[in-house]
Amino acid sequence: MGVPAVEVQQVSKHFRLNSERHSSLKDRIIHPGRSTYSDLTALQDVDFTVGAGETVGIIGRNGSGKSTLLKCICGVLQPTSGRILVRGTLAALLELGAGFQIELSGRDNIYLNGSMLGLSRREVDRAFDAIVEFSELGQFIDTQVKFYSSGMYVRLGFAIAVNVDPDVLVIDEVLAVGDEQFQAKCLDRIRTFQEEGRTILFVSHNADQIRAICDRAVVLEGGRMLTDASPGEAVRVFRESLGGAPAADELGAPNRQERAVRNVEILGVDIVGGARVHTGDALHMRVGLRTKEPVAAGLVLEIHKLNGELLVRTDPDAARSRVEIPSGESVVTVDVDSFDVLDGAYQVNVGIVGPHGTAIYDWLECATSIEVTYEGRAAGMIALVPTVAVEPRPWY
Amino acid sequence: MIETPPVSPPGRRPPEQRDVRIVSARSSLTHRFAELWRTRELLFYLTRSDVKVKYKNSALGLLWSMVSPLMQLGIFWLVFGFILKNGYPHFVVFLFAGLIAWNFFSGALNTSTGIIVERAGIVKKVSFPREILALSTVAAQIFYFSMQAVAMAIILVVLQSSPDWGVVWLLVPAIAALVVLASGFSVLLSALNVKLRDMRHLIEVAMQLWFWLTPIVYPYEKLAPHLHWLKWFYLSNPMAPIVLTFQRVLYPHVAVPSTNYPPNLPKTLPVLPTWSLGTYAELDCIILGAGVVLMIFSVWVFGRLEGNFAEEL
Repeated sequence: MGVPAVEVQQVSKHFRLNSERHSSLKDRIIHPGRSTYSDLTALQDVDFTVGAGETVGIIGRNGSGKSTLLKCICGVLQPTSGRILVRGTLAALLELGAGFQIELSGRDNIYLNGSMLGLSRREVDRAFDAIVEFSELGQFIDTQVKFYSSGMYVRLGFAIAVNVDPDVLVIDEVLAVGDEQFQAKCLDRIRTFQEEGRTILFVSHNADQIRAICDRAVVLEGGRMLTDASPGEAVRVFRESLGGAPAADELGAPNRQERAVRNVEILGVDIVGGARVHTGDALHMRVGLRTKEPVAAGLVLEIHKLNGELLVRTDPDAARSRVEIPSGESVVTVDVDSFDVLDGAYQVNVGIVGPHGTAIYDWLECATSIEVTYEGRAAGMIALVPTVAVEPRPWY
Repeated sequence: MIETPPVSPPGRRPPEQRDVRIVSARSSLTHRFAELWRTRELLFYLTRSDVKVKYKNSALGLLWSMVSPLMQLGIFWLVFGFILKNGYPHFVVFLFAGLIAWNFFSGALNTSTGIIVERAGIVKKVSFPREILALSTVAAQIFYFSMQAVAMAIILVVLQSSPDWGVVWLLVPAIAALVVLASGFSVLLSALNVKLRDMRHLIEVAMQLWFWLTPIVYPYEKLAPHLHWLKWFYLSNPMAPIVLTFQRVLYPHVAVPSTNYPPNLPKTLPVLPTWSLGTYAELDCIILGAGVVLMIFSVWVFGRLEGNFAEEL
């Protein structure tokens, strides 16, 4: 790690929750010194460093302090104690298009928003064409923003922020908006940023995105930092931390208590006959398990590319994926008749989950890896071999 | 972590040489002023967009910014100059000279007090020195002030009334004092209003009282004989000397010949204090100095309160 770009030093943030607001003069006079509030700790001693050029993810479920931390880093909020050092210019995508004046044209808003993000007029002039091009607004650039579709609005917001030429870019779940094509474009731009050696802080509760983009990830839970580790490890810790409350895009609402009761542990995963397979071969895996008591569970396989892109997550409720695990140690065999994946290296995560995806009993990130070789000429990710035949007859 | 050291694109400084920004509970005053200076272009864009938005989609557009002050001017002239017949020649010029300064001040305070609450959307989402929002309302008033100055010029030409050209330079310290004073109050009030939301209503009422405590629709010298020891108290209203300066420059009569009624009046009626130009200038500079102190104090208070903005809004 080179020079730190962002240093978060022992940052805590407390919010005052006023149970009854005394914000008028009358109330202040009638109730002098009486203020009914409770303290909410949004962040507690969060401490980590992001090196220049690193991409660090921040994961945590809703209310874990992710957004508070980002706002502190951007300077929208000030920490109650501790401090944050940011080296270089910072652009934040807390909310796309925040600060737009909807009555003004896109053109005016580019200048207004640009200067709000810290650009001089000349810098906006220089970036103007790139912004318009990225936002795909074309002729609409001189239309009032209030007539924009939500997609246009978001595109313009993103286009301005990424063209600010920041040293540090902070992204708060903004990739959840926009159509897929735009999301792909944003991810593409983020990769360009990474190649240019810029620092990125990326908040998401989407484990796949974290794995796909980040070099490291920080897991927050109740305002505290659970871990600062590799994305795979962080995702594992994050999944473990999910107790009780549902996480929208995960496998449902895992129940930590149940997990403790069942006490299922994945001991290891291996592939029979080695990790090198041919496209279309049968794949045999073994999963070593230990449980305290018998349990009915489903097995989930998650296969993703090394860059984190998810190829498949199997359905644990499918009849073929369900097993009755006896108490003590056991070996579960996992057979895929025909592994129709084209060549490349893949990583496999294995999970043992309860019925209907209600609980994760155990989850092993990067349980094993598979290297697939393929001699044919098909391209892409999956091996789809259509059967072709001919019939001499008129079309309709 | 990345294995190979990244190549910085041209034009970007290597990480070691970049400026470090510190976010913590307290930031120093000099740092705050430096940030304000650094983001001065934002002030321009915010002001421009405020003015643009205000008169967007209206047929008369910016002319509306003149309607309200001219209407007010007309009413005061009708009541005091025409109905009550106070007998001052070109009374409309006298009135407008005071009003133009007052409108700037009251306009700035009335719009700035609620500005942070009004723009909660960006205060909660975008990081920039928030004082800029309050200052942009003052800057917008500078714009409206110039519009009114044009109206003033037209009135002077039409009435063939000439300002006292020899003392026009007095407007420089007066306007400087006015702008700095209004900025100081604006920054202070906008921050206080976040915690105490009635500040806005309080200011509306206070501005009315303040208006009548300032010699705008009545000449100072008409009141001065009755003030006795209260005189310096009255003049400690910073707007009084500023308004007097405007009147001294734009209204060419320090005293006017009295009408014959009632008959026992002296031959001339004093309008403005017969101070030397130095006294006018001195008073304006004192207010300018006080304004600078107020501004520093306001930015300090603003800094203390700013940390809670995003939570209070």
